[in-house]
Amino acid sequence: MAELILTPNLDAPDDFYADLLATHETLDKVESDALNARLILVLANHIGDRDVLTQALAAAAPKEDTQ
Amino acid sequence: MNKIFETPIYAYKHSPDQDASTPVRHKVIVVGAGPVGLAAAIDLAQQGVEVLVLDDNDKVSFGSRAICFAKRPLDILDRLGCGQPMVDKGVLWNQGKVFFDDREVYGFDLLPEKGHRRPAFINLQQYYFEEYLVNRVRELEAEGAPIEIRGRNKVSAVGTHPEHVVLEVDTPDGSYNIEADWVIACDGANSPMRRMMGLDFVGRVFEDNFLIADVIMDADFPTERWFWFDPPFNRGQSALLHKQPDNVWRIDLQLGWDIDKEREKRPENVIPRLKEMLGDEVEFELEWVSIYTFQCRRMEQFRHGRVVFAGDSAHQVSPFGARGANSGIQDTDNLCWKLKLVMDGKAPEALLDSYDTERVHGADENILNSTRSTDFITPKSEVSRLIRDAVLDLAEHYEFARPLVNSGRLSVPCTYDGSPLNSADALGGPARTRPGSACPDAPLGDAFLLSKLGDGFTLMTIDADAPDEIEEDGIVVKRLALSVKDDPTYELKRRYLGDNDSAVYLIRPDQHVAARRPGFDDNQFRHAIRRATGKE
Ligand SMILES: Cc1cc2nc3c(=O)[nH]c(=O)nc-3n(C[C@H](O)[C@H](O)[C@H](O)COP(=O)(O)OP(=O)(O)OC[C@H]3O[C@@H](n4cnc5c(N)ncnc54)[C@H](O)[C@@H]3O)c2cc1C
Repeated sequence: MAELILTPNLDAPDDFYADLLATHETLDKVESDALNARLILVLANHIGDRDVLTQALAAAAPKEDTQ
Repeated sequence: MNKIFETPIYAYKHSPDQDASTPVRHKVIVVGAGPVGLAAAIDLAQQGVEVLVLDDNDKVSFGSRAICFAKRPLDILDRLGCGQPMVDKGVLWNQGKVFFDDREVYGFDLLPEKGHRRPAFINLQQYYFEEYLVNRVRELEAEGAPIEIRGRNKVSAVGTHPEHVVLEVDTPDGSYNIEADWVIACDGANSPMRRMMGLDFVGRVFEDNFLIADVIMDADFPTERWFWFDPPFNRGQSALLHKQPDNVWRIDLQLGWDIDKEREKRPENVIPRLKEMLGDEVEFELEWVSIYTFQCRRMEQFRHGRVVFAGDSAHQVSPFGARGANSGIQDTDNLCWKLKLVMDGKAPEALLDSYDTERVHGADENILNSTRSTDFITPKSEVSRLIRDAVLDLAEHYEFARPLVNSGRLSVPCTYDGSPLNSADALGGPARTRPGSACPDAPLGDAFLLSKLGDGFTLMTIDADAPDEIEEDGIVVKRLALSVKDDPTYELKRRYLGDNDSAVYLIRPDQHVAARRPGFDDNQFRHAIRRATGKE
C-alpha cells in the first residue's frame, strides 16, 4: 500500500505558503471556499491513489481527544 | 391522448374458480401485472410451470413512469421472447449534455462497447413495455402454455401456511378464495401483500419533490439526455430532458421540499415553467404531469416462506439511474429457474435463500448508487453543495472532473460476488466474467452468444473438450462448444479467455457464471453444479 507522506516534502515551504495566500488574496469568503474545494479536487485527481487519499482524509480530519 | 391507457388489456372475466366449493389450488400465483409480475409469469410459463397472474387493475401502467431500459433487462427479455418489439419501438441514445447555471459544461458519448446484440439503453414508455409483455403472454396462451391473467382481481387477504398460501380476492362479482403452492408478490412499492403480512420496509425518504412531465412536441432537440444543475429556469434545483418514442419528451424538474403539490401541478403553473425551459417558440402539449417524492428502501428479507417478493414491493429506489424496473426484471430472472427446480424436486428449498442473498445484494448496490446520485443532485449541506459546484465548475474546463459528475449512474447488472452458488475461480480469466457475473454478450459471426444460452444450465467450452451433456442429480447441463475462431473480432477471447488458451464455463439459466476452469474436469464440474443448485 502506498504511504501518505507526512514528513516535510515541499522544496520551499515559505514560497508555497505565499503562493497559496496570493491565490486567495482578492477573493471574498464564498469565492475562497469555492477555490479551496476546486483545489482539493485537482490535487486528489493528481494523487489518484485511493489508499493515499483515504490516509489523507484521515490525516486532515479533526483529531479525537486521546485519553 | 394515447388510447393505450384507457383500453383494458386484460379485462375482467368471471372464472370458474369463483364458483368452486373449495378453493382451487394453483402452482404459482403472481400478484401484480406490472413489468415485474409479467416478466415472472412469462418466465415460468415458458418453462411449463402453471402460473396465474392477479391484478387489481385491467390496464397498462398509468402516468409517467419508467422510460429508460438497460441492456441487461433487454437481454433477459430476449430470453423471454419479447426483446425485439421493445428495441424496435424504443429510442436509442448514446449522447448527453450537462449544463450548470446558464452554460453547457460538457457533452458526453457513452461510446457503447461493440459486439453486443442489444444497445446500452433504450427509452420506452412503461406502458409500451407492459403492453409488449402482455402481447407475449397472449402469444404463450395461444401456444397452449399454462398462463392466465385475471384483471380486476384484487388480493385483499393472505393466509400463509408451511406448504401453501391462501389468497382472498375481490372482484366485480364479489370475493373468492384461491390457493397456491407459491406466491410471487409483485404488487409494487405500496405492496398490500407486504402490509397484510406485517412485513417491514425501511430506508430513507429523500426530502424532495420532483415534477415529472411528459410533453408531446415536434421540437428538433437532439436525441440526447440533457441534465441541468441549478439552471436559470429552476434556480437552486435540477432538471432533465430525455426523449421517448412518439415525440414524447420526459421532463423532470426538481421542486424542493416545502411546496404545495396541488398548486405546482396545475397547468397554469407548469406551462410557464416549461416555456422558460424549452424556449417560448416551442409548441407542446402536456401528456402527464405528476409530483413524486422518492425513497430508497428495501425489505430486510425478500423470501417469506412460500411468498417471495420481487420488484418494487421488495425494494424501491429513486429514479436517477433507472434502476426500478431494470432491477425488478433481474429479480425474476434470478428467481424463476430456482423456483422451477425446487417445484420439480430437483433442488432443495434452500436454493431459494440464494435468491434472497443475491438480490438483496443487488438491491443494496442499486440503493447505494441512487443514494449517491441523489446526494450529488440534491446536496444536503452547504459544504456538499460547495464541493458539488466545484466539480461542475472544473468539469467545464478539465476532463478529469467529468467522471465525478453524478446525474444518475445508469443501471448495470450486479455481480453476485460471494454468492453461495459460485465455485472458486479456477481460470483467473477476465474479471468481468468471474463467477457471479452476468455473461456479457459476444458476437459469433452472424449470431450472438447470449441467444445461444437458452433457459437451462450451459457448459460453454471455448477450445476445450467436454461431453455434450452431463446430468448431475436431475440437473441437465448442455454443452455449447465454441472456439475463439467463431469470432473474428476476438471479443469472445477478450471477454472470456483473457490470456488463457481455453476455458470451460458453467453458466446458470439466468446467464450468470457459476464456475470456470481452463479445461473440463468431470468431478469439479459436478461439484459446481451441486453448488449452483443449493446442494453443497
Ligand atoms: C417518474 C418515474 C420514473 C421512473 N423511471 C424508471 C426508469 O427509467 N427505468 C426503470 O427501470 N424504472 C423506472 N422507474 C421505476 C419503475 O416504474 C418501477 O420500478 C416499476 O414499475 C416496478 O414494477 P413492479 O412490477 O414491481 O411494480 P408496479 O409497476 O407498481 O406494478 C404493481 C402491480 O400490482 C398491482 N397490484 C397492487 N396491489 C394489488 C393487489 N392487492 N392485488 C392485485 N394486484 C395488485 C398494481 O395494479 C400494479 O399493476 C420510474 C418510476 C417513476 C415513478
